[in-house]
Amino acid sequence: MIRHTARVAARALSRGLRGVSDSSSEERIENVFEPFSKQQASLYLHWPYCLRRCSYCNFNKYIPRENNDNIMTECLQRETETLLHLSQVSCITSVFFGGGTPSLAQPSTIAAVLETVSRQANLSNKAEVTLEVNPTPMGKSKLEDFCCAGVNRFSIGVQSLQDEHLKLLGRDHSYRQALQTIEEARRLCPGRVSVDVMFGRPGQSVQAWESELSELLKVCDDHVSLYQLTLERGTQLFTQVQRGELALPAEEVVAEMYQRARTTLHQHGFLQYEVSNFARHNAVSHHNMSYWKGRQYIGVGPGAHGRFVLPAEGGSVREARTQTLEPDVWIREVQQRGHGTRRRIPLSHLQLLEEVLVMGMRMTAGINHKHWEMFSPRLTLNQVFGTSTEVQELLQRGQLLLDDRGLRCSWDGLALLDSMLPALLLQLERQISLVDKGDHPSPNHASEVYVS
Amino acid sequence: MSLFLAKRWCESPLLRRALQFKMCKRKIQQDNMTYTLWRHRWMKRLPVLCSSRMASSQTGKETIDLSKFPVERIRNFSIIAHIDHGKSTLADRLLEMTGAIVKTDKNKQVLDKLQVERERGITVKAQTASLLYTYKGEQYLLNLIDTPGHVDFSYEVSRSISACQGVLLIVDANQGVQAQTVANFYLAFEAQLAIIPVINKIDLKNADPERVESQIEKVFDIPREECIRISAKLGTNVETVLQEVVNRIPAPVANINDPFKALVFDSTFDHYRGVVALIAVFGGKVKKGDRIVSAYLGKSYEVNELGLLRPDEHPTQKLFAGQVGYIIAGMKDVKEAQIGDTLFHQEQPVEALPGFKPAKAMVFAGMYPMDQSEYPALRSAIDRLTLNDSSVTVQRDSSMALGAGWRLGFLGLLHMEVFNQRLEQEYNASVIVTAPTVPYKAVLSSPKLIKEHGREEITIVNPAHFPDRSVVSRYLEPMVMGTILAPDDYTGRIMALCLNRRAVQKNMLYIDDQRVMMKYLFPLNEIVVDFYDLLKSMSSGYASFDYENAGYQTADLIKMDILLNGKSVEELTTIVHRDRAYTNGKAMCERLKDSIPRQMFEIAVQAAIGSKVIARETIKAYKKNVLAKCYGGDITRKMKLLKKQVEGKKKMRLIGSVQVPKDAFINVLKRKDK
Repeated sequence: MIRHTARVAARALSRGLRGVSDSSSEERIENVFEPFSKQQASLYLHWPYCLRRCSYCNFNKYIPRENNDNIMTECLQRETETLLHLSQVSCITSVFFGGGTPSLAQPSTIAAVLETVSRQANLSNKAEVTLEVNPTPMGKSKLEDFCCAGVNRFSIGVQSLQDEHLKLLGRDHSYRQALQTIEEARRLCPGRVSVDVMFGRPGQSVQAWESELSELLKVCDDHVSLYQLTLERGTQLFTQVQRGELALPAEEVVAEMYQRARTTLHQHGFLQYEVSNFARHNAVSHHNMSYWKGRQYIGVGPGAHGRFVLPAEGGSVREARTQTLEPDVWIREVQQRGHGTRRRIPLSHLQLLEEVLVMGMRMTAGINHKHWEMFSPRLTLNQVFGTSTEVQELLQRGQLLLDDRGLRCSWDGLALLDSMLPALLLQLERQISLVDKGDHPSPNHASEVYVS
Repeated sequence: MSLFLAKRWCESPLLRRALQFKMCKRKIQQDNMTYTLWRHRWMKRLPVLCSSRMASSQTGKETIDLSKFPVERIRNFSIIAHIDHGKSTLADRLLEMTGAIVKTDKNKQVLDKLQVERERGITVKAQTASLLYTYKGEQYLLNLIDTPGHVDFSYEVSRSISACQGVLLIVDANQGVQAQTVANFYLAFEAQLAIIPVINKIDLKNADPERVESQIEKVFDIPREECIRISAKLGTNVETVLQEVVNRIPAPVANINDPFKALVFDSTFDHYRGVVALIAVFGGKVKKGDRIVSAYLGKSYEVNELGLLRPDEHPTQKLFAGQVGYIIAGMKDVKEAQIGDTLFHQEQPVEALPGFKPAKAMVFAGMYPMDQSEYPALRSAIDRLTLNDSSVTVQRDSSMALGAGWRLGFLGLLHMEVFNQRLEQEYNASVIVTAPTVPYKAVLSSPKLIKEHGREEITIVNPAHFPDRSVVSRYLEPMVMGTILAPDDYTGRIMALCLNRRAVQKNMLYIDDQRVMMKYLFPLNEIVVDFYDLLKSMSSGYASFDYENAGYQTADLIKMDILLNGKSVEELTTIVHRDRAYTNGKAMCERLKDSIPRQMFEIAVQAAIGSKVIARETIKAYKKNVLAKCYGGDITRKMKLLKKQVEGKKKMRLIGSVQVPKDAFINVLKRKDK
C-alpha cells in the first residue's frame, strides 16, 4: 500500500508539472499552488468578536465583554503553532483573517500570528494574506497598520450602497464611510481589494440593484463578491420576515438580480469564477480558490473549520476538524492543551470526493479531469457520471457540461447548482459503492489513496 | 382517496374523527334477535373472546342445570341505541343485578373487551351474556346479546335479526332521538321484534323525558306510556326493565323434542382451543361428546366443550332448545365455523336454517408498510386480525409508489378505522392506508368480455381494471340511504351539503318543534371520505348521521388520470362520477402541486379524462437555487443538507423526469385533515 501511495503521489506531482504548460486562466490560478501536496495548506483565522449583531448574520460571533486582545493573540498564536505542527505542513499558501470582525483586532495581533506562521512554515512574501474589513472610520484608520503587519489583501464588507438598507441590516457604517475605506484600501493594496455586496435585500427592486451595481463598478477594485441575502434561522431578520414586518423579494426577482449582475459585471471585464465571486485582471481570491479546489486548510480560532491530514499523529486520512465555538471556552482549551479542537471526523474516500465535487462545481471552471484524478485516481469523471440518465438529462438540457475539460455548470446551470448536486452525489455514491463491492470495471481498491 | 398514516392515528384530529364516527354508528346494528317461529331470530352475533375479563364472575363455579329452563322461561334480547346513549352502562347494570358480575364501581362497559371499544365507546365485536333472573317466583334465563355498534359491524341485517325476539331501544333523555336511534328502530321493527323504548339518563340536569317520549310517539308511533324512564348510571328503574323484558318480549319458538338444530351466529378463534362457535339452539339439545355436523361443509365434529356466556364462558353439560351459548368442537379454522351455518346431530340430519349472506365489503383501501422491510411483520399482523374478523377481505396489491401491500375490503368506514387502530394498538404496526374507495360495477356489452368474465356484471375495485365505456352498457355505483337528524337551524346548510354530494332527498320530518329528520339517498362514494366531518362541523356537532346500504344505481362514471408533464401516474388514477371529475381532479392537482418540490424545469400537473385535460396546476421551475456563500466553514453544514436530499432522492419515484417524493402520494391519497 505504501508503494501504491507513493506511486500515486508521484503521478499527481508529474501531472502538476505538466500543468505548467497549460495556459487557460484557471490553470494559471492553480499553478500558483503547485506542487500540490500534503506539505502545504492554507490557513484560516477566526476573530470571533463584533461590536454589534447584524440582523441577517448567524455566524459565530460575540460581542466582547472586555478587552482580551492579549489573551486572544496568545491563543491564536498557540493554536496556530499546535495545528501547524500536527499537520506537518511546510508551506502556508495563503492566510485569511475572517470573523466576526477581524478588523477590530489589533494590527499587532495580525503581525504576531503571521510571525508564528513564518517561524513554523514557509510563508512566502507573495502569499496572499487577506483581512475582512468593516468599513467604519475606525476600520479605515487601521488599514495601513494592517498592511505593515503583513496583510496584502482586503475584503471589505460594504453590503449595500444605500444607507437605509445598511441601517436595516444592522450595519454600523454608512455608504460614505465605505467609499472612504475602499479608497484607502486601494491606495494600500492596489488590485487586491475585494468588495462584498448583498442583493435580494428587503424592499430591493431589480432596478435599484442595477443602479447600485453601476455605482459599485465606479468605485470598486478588481474583485467583487455578490451574495444573495439568505434568511437564517435565529436572526433578527428571520423573525422580522416571519412576523411579516419585512418581505424579501420573490425568488424570480432575486434570480433576475443575479443574472443581471452576472451580465453587467461580465460587460465590465469581471469574470465570474465562482457562484458569488467575480474578478478582473485575474485578481481572484487564492485563499478561497483553495477551498473550492479541495485543498488542505487549517482553521484556527473559535469555531474555525479545517480539513487536513495529521501525519504527526500517524494519520493518512484527511480529517474534518472543528474548533470549539465559544471564545471563552476555546481560550481555556488552547491554554490547557494547545488547541481547541472540539470535533474530529476522518473523511472517508467517498466523503472526500463528495466535498471535492460540491466545492469544485461552484467554480465556473468546474472540475477538470486532472483535478478529479488527483482525488479519484481509479474512477474518472466519465466513469462516475457518464452512465447516469439523470446526469444525461442535465447535460441535454444544457445545464451541465461534461467534456474534454471536465465537469462544470453552464452559465444557466450555475444558478441551479444546488438542484443538480443531489443527483451528482447520488451517482457518485453509487459508483463508489460499486468499486467497493468490486463490481466496477476498475479492479483496484482505491480508498486508501488520498492525495490531499 | 385518501390515505392517512395510521401512525398518526393517535393525533387528535383523527381521534376526534374517530369519536365522531362513533356517534354515527348506526343502525343496523342491532342485532338482535327475535325470533319467532321459524324465522329464527336468534341472536346475532356475539363472540366472545374468552379469557380474561375484568369483572369477576360470581357464578363462576356453580353449576347451572339448563334443563330447568324450558323455552317459555327464556328471553333473547339486545340493547340498541345511538352512540353514547348508555347501552353499555345499562348492560353493566343488568349483569350486576342478575349476579352475572359482582357489583363494583369498576364495571364500566364490561362487554366491550377490546381496547379500541373502550376507547372509542363503540362495540366492535358483539358479546353475549346469559342472565339468571327471578320474577314472580320463577327463574328466567335472559340472554342479552350485546350488539355491535355500527352498521359496519352488523355484517348482514338478517344475521342481527336472527337472534332476538325483542330489543331495548335506548334514547338519551337529553339528546333525544338521533340518527342511529331511527335506523336501529327500523331494523328491529322490520324484523317484527318487540321493542321496549327506554329513556336513559333521566338524572341529567337537562333531561327532558317528556319531549323524548313525544318524539318516540311521533317518529316510531309507540305510545308514550310504553317508555321506561331510567338512569342506568344510578340504577334507577333498571329492575323495571328486567321485568318488562320478561313481560313484553316473547319467548323463542323452539321445541326441545325436535332433533338438535343450531345456528352459528358468530365465531372466534382461540389459539389453544381452536374455533369457539356461538350458537343459538333452535331445536332439541346438544351435549358434550355429541357428534355434530356442519350443514355447510358436511364435516362432522365431536363436541368437546359447551356452555353459557355469563359473559365469561361457563361450561355446562348440555344446551337446550331456545338457549344461546358457545360450543368448541375441534374446528381448526374460523372458516369451518361459517357464520349462518346450521349444526345438527350426525344421526339426525335436518333442513338447514336460511343462514346469512356473506358480508360484502363496501369500502376498500390499500395498506402498505411504512417501510418495505416491515412487510412480513405487517402481513402477520393482518393475518392475525383477520382471523377474528372474517368480514375483512384481503387481496395482495402493489403500488409503484408504495411498494408491496394489500387491498383490504371493509364493511364500512368505521370498520376500516377500527381495523387500522387495532393493527396499530394491538400489533404495533405502522401502515400507510390509502383513502377509501367503493366497489363500482359495470354491465358489460361486449359478448367477448362477458364470456371472459363468465358474467355480464362485474365489480371493479381497482381503477386499473375499469373497463372502457365502449365495452360497457352502463356503470353502477353503490348507494346508501342516509338519515340525518339535526336542529332545524342547520337544515339549509345540510341540504346544500347533501345536494353537493349528489344526494337525493327522500323524506323530511319534524320530529318535534326543533329537530328535523331528513333522509337522503347518497352515492356511497360521496360520504366515504369527509362527509361526516363536514356535517359535524357545519352543525356545531349537533347533527347525527347514519346510513344503510341501498343497492346500486346507474352512474355516469369515468376514469380520471393524473399526469405529470404528460406522463400518467398510475397510482393516482381514480374512478369518478362525471359531475365530480373537475372538482376531484382540481383538488388532486392542487395537493400534488403542494407536495412535489420545485425542480429545474416546469411541471404541469394535470387531471385528464381520456385525452382531455380537465384541470391543471403548474409547479414553476427553480430560477435560482444555489447557496450564496460556501467557504471552508460552510461545507460541513452544506454536505449534511445535501446528504439528506440525496437520501430523500433515493425514496423518490420518477414519473418521466419528475421526481415525486413518497410523501406526495400520501398527501394526495390521504384523507384531508381538518
